[in-house]
Amino acid sequence: MSPEGVTDPIDDAVLAARLFLIAPSLFGGMALRGSSPARDALVEALAQAFAAMDGPFRKLPGHVDDERLLGGVDIAASLASGRAVHQSGLLEQCAGGAVLVPMAERIEPRVAGRLAQSVDEGNGPALILLDDAHEADDAPPASLLERAAFHAELAASRKWQVAPLEIDGTDIGAVEPLSKPALEALAATAEALGVASLRPLIFAQSAARAHAALAGRNAVEEADLAAAARLVLSPRATRLPPIEEEPPPPEEQPPETPPDPGEEDTDSQQPNPDAPLEETLVEAATAAIPADLLEALFQGKAPRRVTGGGTGKRRKSGLRGKPLGARQGLPRGGTRLALIDTLRAAVPWQEVRRRESGVTSDEGIQTPRVQMRKEDLRVRRFEDKAARVTIFAVDASGSAAAARLAEAKGAVELMLAQAYVTRSEVALVAFRGESAEVLLPPTRSLTRARRTLSELPGGGGTPLAMGLDTARECAEAVASKGRTPSLVVLTDGRANIDRDGKPGRKQAGEDAIASAKALARSGIDAIVIDISARAAREGAALAEAMNARFFALPRADARQIANAVEAAQPSREAA
Amino acid sequence: MARFPFSAIVGQDEMKQALLIAAVDPSVGGVMVFGDRGTGKSTAARALSKLLPPITAHANCPYGGSKEDAERYPDVCGGGPLRKRAVPFVDMPLGATEDRVIGSLDLERALRAGEKAFEPGLLAKAHRGFLYIDEINLLEDHLVDLLLDVAASGENVVEREGLSVRHPAKFVLIGSGNPEEGELRPQLLDRFGLSVEVRTPKDIETRIEIMKLVASQERDPEAFEAQWAGEDEKILKQIARGKNKLAKLEPGEDVLTDAAHLCLAVGADGLRGELTLMRAARALAALEGSKSVRREHLTAIAPSALRHRLRRDVLDETGSTVRITRAIEELFG
Repeated sequence: MSPEGVTDPIDDAVLAARLFLIAPSLFGGMALRGSSPARDALVEALAQAFAAMDGPFRKLPGHVDDERLLGGVDIAASLASGRAVHQSGLLEQCAGGAVLVPMAERIEPRVAGRLAQSVDEGNGPALILLDDAHEADDAPPASLLERAAFHAELAASRKWQVAPLEIDGTDIGAVEPLSKPALEALAATAEALGVASLRPLIFAQSAARAHAALAGRNAVEEADLAAAARLVLSPRATRLPPIEEEPPPPEEQPPETPPDPGEEDTDSQQPNPDAPLEETLVEAATAAIPADLLEALFQGKAPRRVTGGGTGKRRKSGLRGKPLGARQGLPRGGTRLALIDTLRAAVPWQEVRRRESGVTSDEGIQTPRVQMRKEDLRVRRFEDKAARVTIFAVDASGSAAAARLAEAKGAVELMLAQAYVTRSEVALVAFRGESAEVLLPPTRSLTRARRTLSELPGGGGTPLAMGLDTARECAEAVASKGRTPSLVVLTDGRANIDRDGKPGRKQAGEDAIASAKALARSGIDAIVIDISARAAREGAALAEAMNARFFALPRADARQIANAVEAAQPSREAA
Repeated sequence: MARFPFSAIVGQDEMKQALLIAAVDPSVGGVMVFGDRGTGKSTAARALSKLLPPITAHANCPYGGSKEDAERYPDVCGGGPLRKRAVPFVDMPLGATEDRVIGSLDLERALRAGEKAFEPGLLAKAHRGFLYIDEINLLEDHLVDLLLDVAASGENVVEREGLSVRHPAKFVLIGSGNPEEGELRPQLLDRFGLSVEVRTPKDIETRIEIMKLVASQERDPEAFEAQWAGEDEKILKQIARGKNKLAKLEPGEDVLTDAAHLCLAVGADGLRGELTLMRAARALAALEGSKSVRREHLTAIAPSALRHRLRRDVLDETGSTVRITRAIEELFG
């Protein structure tokens, strides 16, 4: 009966799928993360369910063009028949059904925008997003995730079969609207889990009603609310509900019984009668929060917000990267001509151009068979992941040097080696005494970096604010060149030289925190590594102000530091 | 799906005020809405389209041109009798291609008749109305440039594919976006007249009220719309009255001085800030049916009009809004 062990993620996903099928357009869609046999089975079951309801269910390739998506003039058919032939788009054809979006994390923003709009209008198909992302950074566009009510993580599922999804004409309309206390409970649960957006709340109340309808009730009960909180709110949790205030939960009573897809779980629910409603809901939702969120929180790492198109980290390029389609333009500066797109652009106008040039196709001996104009030319475009530049800001002050400057140097050297493997660049900022300087501007030269580092002397005060400011300037310069900076600060956090170079622990500390906040505001990815002999709160406070991850490694060897940095960097795929 | 009525949107007063001001006086120059997901940005912008008093346009004009447009652009306006029509509201998808936005050769006519004709794009459709772009910060730069340029000049000049067309395209640009997913370049931001920040309502009461409203709209969209039709009608009349009143309102010397002082105090770059501040204050006065533009109008609109024009100071942690309110307090007490 315990939530671990027996529960398979697919059970909740199946329940979500059944709720979704009751009113596909109301719920917008489902996001299924993690490739697994269970997911394949669920998708198959969904396809069958839609087929049984006479709802279209089609696959949407990520490279779909606007004509296919929205409809338009069918060029091939038009040319063949000599008159304009219209075709309807995929969205129109699938209205009332669903489209399956495989590899949703790779979907082009262009297509995502169309889909989001169609969901908003409410007359298009629902979306089944399959998310195969491996990296924490990679995810389907937030605009689509936001609009899909149910999210399920299926990578860990050990099942490979899903029973047919039956809903037997369940009608959500038969269920009464939620009472005030029920709405309050849902809102409080969302608050406790740090779900700020209002859409999930709206989905949650519909999900509660759908869950009641599925059980054949016409009023929403606590079990329905718990299911809604678990299926809709908890996958979106950005924080854990406060633990201290909760009374110790009775051990023998599991907070939530996983609903079996085969039967209605009307009385399998045994909520703690003393606990207020929202507390039970929070419990239910917490049980379904993925383990990695817990882990991430324990590491003091705030969950990364799902980034939209990942702008800033990605950029358009004419030379290499993931193909993005063609754009009008001349092939120059290394961009290549997209021959097919160019021809496609030229073909429809041939008749017009022949008339214009006064020669009809019959007598076209001197005229070229296809008349090309400059404006037909299309060039290829690619999306390139921006190169990452890792900036090391090393505290070479006396206090740090005494502790373990040598270790820090060793760690940086190891990271340099890793940077070499991923072809990313490194820069080195050092601060000691009354100044901070960029010892090494961004470079790929490993030997240069190593030499500069080994020559770095230790001693003097800790001008932490100056060091951070210099690092920020360096990072901003990197960002302005279209590359993505990330910052590794190695310090003991004990600032004693202020921004103006005057000694004084208090002012220096305040300045350092202000500089750290400036870094946070400029949105630079950062890690603080405490290299003091004994980790104290300064380092952690600094990391917090910087919105950075923090590692205090009491007696670490260089390799351990390097591993920590490697694990914390979201850029492992930057190669 | 029926659109959510504007008057049924709970809270978000600053956004609603900015949208209404843009409706009363399009010359304010567009509204940029920044905010998290699920705060009702799109809902409000789309609901606005229903609130606008109808315009008169030539029946055969593909651009919905007015009498003045027909005089200025005789070659593109189709003429025909003047008819009432709804104000256009174009919802531009993120992935729109340049062709679709600017307009292009009419493919159908080229194929069928072999003739070269211009097929108006979204810019033409939005003429005299609103162009709404969700997630404008993710739009490709060249498109944003183009949109802002056309929005500022009021006409779309097409020189491509052997076409040479010039047509009116006066519209109010409404952009929305989540700053965490990508910033809009400052020089583009500056071109927007007003900039508002929306936050998700935090208090449980408001959130519950919103959930209730949405649920009842989902249950029966038509009944819900009918229920709010009266309120929406009131706002529509208010906008219509404001539009008429606008020409009669002229800000006095004292308000102009206030505006100049305020812009100096907060360090807003450029003259654009002062101009927008003036226009927005006047539109607000018109909207409220005041007899004159007063300081209270100015201070009410100042955060929206200036927020995005302040020079950024990395070491100053206070947000733009706080800096403006502080300046207002210091100057006007």
